[in-house]
Amino acid sequence: MSSLPIEIKVCLGTSGSAAGGEEVLRTFQHRISEQGIEAQLGRRCSPKKVGCRGFCSRDVLVDVIRDGSKTTYQSVTPIMVERIVRDHIVGGTAIAEWTVTDEYASFHEQQYKIVLGPCGEIDPENIDEYTAMQGYLAARKAMTRMTPDDVIDEVVRSGLRGRGGSGFSTGEKWKVCRREEQHPKYIICNVGEVNRPLAEGNPHAIIEGLLIGGYAICASKGYLYIRERYHRSVERLRIAIEQAREKGFIGPNVFGTGFDFDIEFSFGTEAFICGEETALMESIEGKRAMPRVRPPFPAVQGLWGKPTVINNAETFSNIPIIIGRGGAWFSSIGTKESKGTKVFTLSGKVRNNGLVEIPMGMSFRDIVYGIGGGIEGDKALKAIQVGGPSGGIIPTSMLDLGLDYENLAKVGSIVGSGGMVVFDEDDCIVSVTKFYMEFLQRESCGKCTPCRVGTRRMLELLTKITEGAARDEDLKTLERLSGVMASTSLCGLGRSAPNPFLTSFNHFKDEYLAHIRDRKCPAGVCTALITFSVSEERCKACGICKRVCPAKAISGEPKKVHVIDPDRCIKCGACFRACKFKAIKKQ
Amino acid sequence: MEKVLTKILDRHRKEKGSLIALLQHIQETFGHISEENVAWFARMLDIPESRFFGVITFYPKFRTRPVGKNTITVCCGAACHIKGADKLLDTAREELGLSGDEDTTRDLSFTLEKATCIGACNIAPVVILNKQVHAGMDPVKVTKLIKGYEREEFLGYL
Repeated sequence: MSSLPIEIKVCLGTSGSAAGGEEVLRTFQHRISEQGIEAQLGRRCSPKKVGCRGFCSRDVLVDVIRDGSKTTYQSVTPIMVERIVRDHIVGGTAIAEWTVTDEYASFHEQQYKIVLGPCGEIDPENIDEYTAMQGYLAARKAMTRMTPDDVIDEVVRSGLRGRGGSGFSTGEKWKVCRREEQHPKYIICNVGEVNRPLAEGNPHAIIEGLLIGGYAICASKGYLYIRERYHRSVERLRIAIEQAREKGFIGPNVFGTGFDFDIEFSFGTEAFICGEETALMESIEGKRAMPRVRPPFPAVQGLWGKPTVINNAETFSNIPIIIGRGGAWFSSIGTKESKGTKVFTLSGKVRNNGLVEIPMGMSFRDIVYGIGGGIEGDKALKAIQVGGPSGGIIPTSMLDLGLDYENLAKVGSIVGSGGMVVFDEDDCIVSVTKFYMEFLQRESCGKCTPCRVGTRRMLELLTKITEGAARDEDLKTLERLSGVMASTSLCGLGRSAPNPFLTSFNHFKDEYLAHIRDRKCPAGVCTALITFSVSEERCKACGICKRVCPAKAISGEPKKVHVIDPDRCIKCGACFRACKFKAIKKQ
Repeated sequence: MEKVLTKILDRHRKEKGSLIALLQHIQETFGHISEENVAWFARMLDIPESRFFGVITFYPKFRTRPVGKNTITVCCGAACHIKGADKLLDTAREELGLSGDEDTTRDLSFTLEKATCIGACNIAPVVILNKQVHAGMDPVKVTKLIKGYEREEFLGYL
């Protein structure tokens, strides 16, 4: 009988926890210790938490690794634990009906997990697991066998570009800062919302990347800029920093090289503008987060007026891999100008929602239909929105476009920090565009006029369109405003704010015109433009619509076709959803 | 009261923290930042009150009105939006009996907040009750969540 330990890995990312992962983990621990399973089997049996592995729609996911073979269970609840322990852990037979289906394999097949690789495999709160997979070796290599310039050259060679917004070459940015004579220098890691799974799944990679970056530009202090609301991310990073400090990986005289480096948290608050690097620095300094005029660039004059480098957590997570495996290896992944991989949260109307990592250059078709498993409910795909609120909307005609910095720039979008939202035929593009503009208007910091006034005017015009009160000239005004904002705003927020409108207007002009000229919303979303009525042929006079109507707008008796009073109807759609015979028409 | 404030002030001076960090401490302690507290700190630190209010009003997170015992946050990011975050917000407002620009119930048991994206798009739409994230919500679940919390302790979904 084998004496290899049995490993049980419970997904405890944001989604795993939301689905009750903590309870599942506790139940495993409880069962195993209470029943004396370890003694009974004569082998170690260790349930542990791991970070997000991406396939969040079937959480809680649990891996059982027994005798070298890995079985993954999906949608695990505490009730199921007893049988898994009895049949699989003790008995050695996996429970086939609870394991993941082919979807799980097809979801992972086309992904290329470099950064996300360890998430879902190692315990993020245990530094030994990270060092066991060669963690901190890259930092050691950089500091003991490479000069700062060597490190920067390696990063330049890798072709890594910032994973946050503008996609500027990371190595070049470091080079500028390295050249500055002024000291101290600072290095900042921005942990944005899409970086949470990295911070929760493999926080040590971020710390190691920050450490290597600090060495390369000769900074003695690193900041982790994170919103304090992300409790779990903060907690795991805090533990990681403490453990790294205990091991001497950060602190005075790192690896005996005489290099001092320490990391400090800076807690931000919810503000989209803080993704802009100079605004972020203002925020760390305790002021209103308003972008600064450039030049001087942060690499020359940044935080507290000192040379500063800012990268986001995904960029830093790539650094140990580049130093460890070499820039040449890294640059073999991806396309000519965009190297490596990109992490995305795939969400919206796609079947497999989740966290994915793809090699640069992969087509949207492969992402949505391959990894994503197609559209929910077999509806038709309408568009894909990439790059967060100020990204562009990509129509189905561009499905075969490869996802990289160049291609996205060509179609008026950005890679951004990695949001990808999929829309289906039920989504109204105008309304979606209005939603993004609403967000950007709220988040505009108000420092420069084009953005402050422009977002407001654009929102007003888009609202007019969704209410059926717009005229053709309004589209011209929108286009003119877009041009002004893109060319005269102070920072990236204002310059990219027109993206959703420009791209959607470009590809879905008909839908805009339908709202304006015909006063119709083709997708049936904009409430001011739709009416509900009952189809006489289909109505079976069951009375369900009448019962669910909150406005008492539906009248009818048994065996008689029901009627909706348009004056009383509040267009909530309750009858539309309730009718089993599809007798309610939405126009 | 003075004692608590002094403690925050000492910590602030020791850590040489920023104004934002100070305001975060005040809000953590009292749930909100009152005008009296701002006046006190402005006097002690010799920083104009206007600077305080400049920062407070810039960041939506800082509040000048008292906060409820429990906080419900509805994520209104893009992914949550197309999956019906607006309806969740309406349901929660109705369930809590909030009207106008109120965000907190009169008995201070609940505060309702909107969040911009919290980065949990893959499990949208999400609602966060205190620190717990609830995935794949719908209006019925929101009602149950609030009902479950209306007792002294959370008994699970009712």
